[in-house]
Amino acid sequence: MIAATTPVQRPPDAKLLVMDAAGGLRHAERAEIAHYLRPGDLLVANDAATIPGSLNGTHEASGEKVEIRLAGRKSLDFDDIREVTAVAFGSGDHRTPTEDRPPPPELLPGDLLLLGPLRATVLRSLGHPRLLELAFAGTPQEIWAGIARHGRPIQYAYVDEPLALWDVWTRVASLPVSFEPPSAGFLLDWKLLASLRSRGVRFTTLTHAAGISSTGDPALDRRLPLDEPYRIPESAVRAIRQTMAEGGRVIALGTTVTRALEHAASGGGLTSGGGVANQRIGPGTELRVVDAIISGVHEPGDSHYELLRAFADDAVLRRIDGALEEHGYRTHEFGDSVFLERSVRVASDSAGLRVAALGRPGEAHPVAVA
Amino acid sequence: MTTNSTDMNSTDASSFNGLRVAVTGGTSGLGLALVERLRRGGADVAFVARNERRVKEVEGRLPGAHGVDGDVSQKGETHVLAMRITAALGGLDVLINNASSLGPVPLALLADTECEELELALATNLVGPFRLTKALLGALTASAREGRPALVINITSDAAVTPYAGWGAYGASKAALTQMSRIWNEELREHGVRVESFDPGDMDTPLHALAVPEADPATLKKPGDAAGEILELIATATHAEVAA
Repeated sequence: MIAATTPVQRPPDAKLLVMDAAGGLRHAERAEIAHYLRPGDLLVANDAATIPGSLNGTHEASGEKVEIRLAGRKSLDFDDIREVTAVAFGSGDHRTPTEDRPPPPELLPGDLLLLGPLRATVLRSLGHPRLLELAFAGTPQEIWAGIARHGRPIQYAYVDEPLALWDVWTRVASLPVSFEPPSAGFLLDWKLLASLRSRGVRFTTLTHAAGISSTGDPALDRRLPLDEPYRIPESAVRAIRQTMAEGGRVIALGTTVTRALEHAASGGGLTSGGGVANQRIGPGTELRVVDAIISGVHEPGDSHYELLRAFADDAVLRRIDGALEEHGYRTHEFGDSVFLERSVRVASDSAGLRVAALGRPGEAHPVAVA
Repeated sequence: MTTNSTDMNSTDASSFNGLRVAVTGGTSGLGLALVERLRRGGADVAFVARNERRVKEVEGRLPGAHGVDGDVSQKGETHVLAMRITAALGGLDVLINNASSLGPVPLALLADTECEELELALATNLVGPFRLTKALLGALTASAREGRPALVINITSDAAVTPYAGWGAYGASKAALTQMSRIWNEELREHGVRVESFDPGDMDTPLHALAVPEADPATLKKPGDAAGEILELIATATHAEVAA
């Protein structure tokens, strides 16, 4: 697979690989994605806007340059910005792949980091010398203003030009809570939303603080995704219930949407409101809400790929990988997309959500083509 | 309708409780009057203005109003402003694009207007509101989906309609803003967002004093009165939204 190196959210030649529940595979133009959703389906997107969470500055004690990447907050509340989880990088910039960046200086509790207009104190390391809890000085207003002014979007070595915020905000970006963009949503534009509506496809959003996707450090990467706060509006829950009751599919636009919905339903019954997704979704996970996922092109081994294993077994995923490779699909945030329908329908209604009419195990759902 | 949203038949003291409103150009003239009236009505307000000191002053005087210093005419500030507004308010129901530039000061005949002066008027009065609205459209449509109001009000002028000599840069930019509002209103209707333009009339404001220094303030409309009319517009529009 090829890395997508140009920060264009909707390249006209973007591709879509479609794998339906029966194992049928086809290649499509992503611009035609509306044709793969059916009347009565519900598309759920993550409307989180992306914080410019890369903060350059200096470690006061050593005088060395550091880059701090914000990676976690306890909740989506405005005031919950004083104490954050962050990943520290040594000197260098985004042109160096993260795995080749020098380590940051040793960061000890009490150390001060001077990050433009921001001052942050190291509270503790979180089981890894580069994963830190930081406390910012100042009021929440001052901290938000400082991040907004001084921060830059997290950059990717494979993207040629530095990213601006408009490169990483989706068309539906609302609350600034993501640390990296919920990039599956890059394919959305208002024309597509109008076209879905005219086809009788519902659309709704939730807000999920998508975390950092990779740090270049294998030990740290194994801990990803970190805990991610989210909020599901009552209107989204209503739309999901209605879709399920009427036999439509709940289609998650991205791994973050899947993680939020499945976390919210894990207690039995989908509830609206806020939560913190701390679960890992993988081969053993029983999906209770999401019938299909539209995702970027992920490579085996990363946490996004692990999540796909809840939708389909490894044989199916290997067929997808082979087809992606063979047809030159582009990976990463600005790459192509995969529409993956859950292979085997879960008959259990343990979440109290499924209704009898909602499909039987193994039932095929051929993809509609207009 | 969420519980903290409002049923706004009138504009009494609490009729905007919980409504999340952003106002650009919020430290003087009509913008300041809007921020004051909206705060008095119980709305959560974020206001944008270029001068950091004045932003702090207004913030100090109106507890609970969130000041955001920045310039809507600058492309690089658009998303910074949008993120600070939505972070502070937890979303957005109403955006009022009020910040305006006259273009050449003192006013000039079009033939004497430098192209940079025309560009400044367009950047502030047309392109700025376009960019900020676009960056906040995700928040506004999210409000609409949640059954809350979702409204954009663009402040225009009768100079958008009547060809007053000397008002070329301003009038042309406001005419374009008015037409953009109408088209946007058509396009966004299906997403639950209304876009209105509003002409407040000739007011006793710093902008008017720059344009017509010799005008007798006593003959001009008070910004507070125009703000009251805009509050009525918000009340009507958001009530209609609720009823729909």
